[in-house]
Amino acid sequence: MPQVVVDVVLKPEISDPQGQAVLGALGRLGHTQVTGVRQGKHFVLDVEGTPDEAELRQIAETLLANPVIEDVELHLSGV
Amino acid sequence: MRIGVITFPGSLDDVDAARAVRLAGAEPVALWHAEHDLKDVDAIVLPGGFSYGDYLRAGAIAARAPMVQDVVDRARKGMPVLGICNGFQVLCEAGLLPGALTRNSHLHFRNRDQRLRIERADTAWTSDYATGQEIVVPVKNGEGRYVASPAELERLEGEGRVAVRYVGGNPNGSLRDVAGVTGEDGRVVGLMPHPEHAVEDLTGPSTDGLGFFTSILEAVVSA
Repeated sequence: MPQVVVDVVLKPEISDPQGQAVLGALGRLGHTQVTGVRQGKHFVLDVEGTPDEAELRQIAETLLANPVIEDVELHLSGV
Repeated sequence: MRIGVITFPGSLDDVDAARAVRLAGAEPVALWHAEHDLKDVDAIVLPGGFSYGDYLRAGAIAARAPMVQDVVDRARKGMPVLGICNGFQVLCEAGLLPGALTRNSHLHFRNRDQRLRIERADTAWTSDYATGQEIVVPVKNGEGRYVASPAELERLEGEGRVAVRYVGGNPNGSLRDVAGVTGEDGRVVGLMPHPEHAVEDLTGPSTDGLGFFTSILEAVVSA
């Protein structure tokens, strides 16, 4: 069954306190090469038949992500 | 006067909201999110809680509930709607109010009595207050940080859309201390703090919250 991957991240101008907490933990663990962390969501959709990209984009942009605060990327590769 | 209170799976404060409606002198009407029957109510309250466990984003799945789509249609025709806490999150997710509510900047759930300033005393839900009046009601949230793009915030401030602001400390990192906003026509209002928990001396830090529920009586009668 084809799979479609949707990645959702906060827009750059929206602060990400969870990512900052992860960054703080990395610093305490001595991982100084990491200078920034942005946390997001990763959805894997099982799709029946040939994926309808327009419909999937609508799903991603209107439900999986909130366009007020989040950017969304649709990955149809591997389908 | 009939004021509907919508219950979702995971709503917590629907009973308190109904109680506040009754104490204000109106008839609370229990509504169920999965139905389409608004039971001829004159106004609607979306209560606090954790609808659908806050899965995906707080309020995101509730905003797509059958009844919320009806509420959006009716609100666009002028029906007054108040969203409290999770209800505010639902109204933002449904596109009725601008901006979004995100994880608190300090990552902690914050529960305390909170001082607020009424910035707009001319909305359907705040007309019993005076502009600039300060009130104290409980605030309790983990995802209450109000955000919008800088340009959007400027526009909202310019249009006077910030209805309620935190004073004496910001509990969640909300931009510009925004505690609540109003729609363009002043009939849809959303706020993170809980006026329905401050309507009786016995259980609240004050009775300051009752004004939200008495204001709507006048708004509906005069409409």
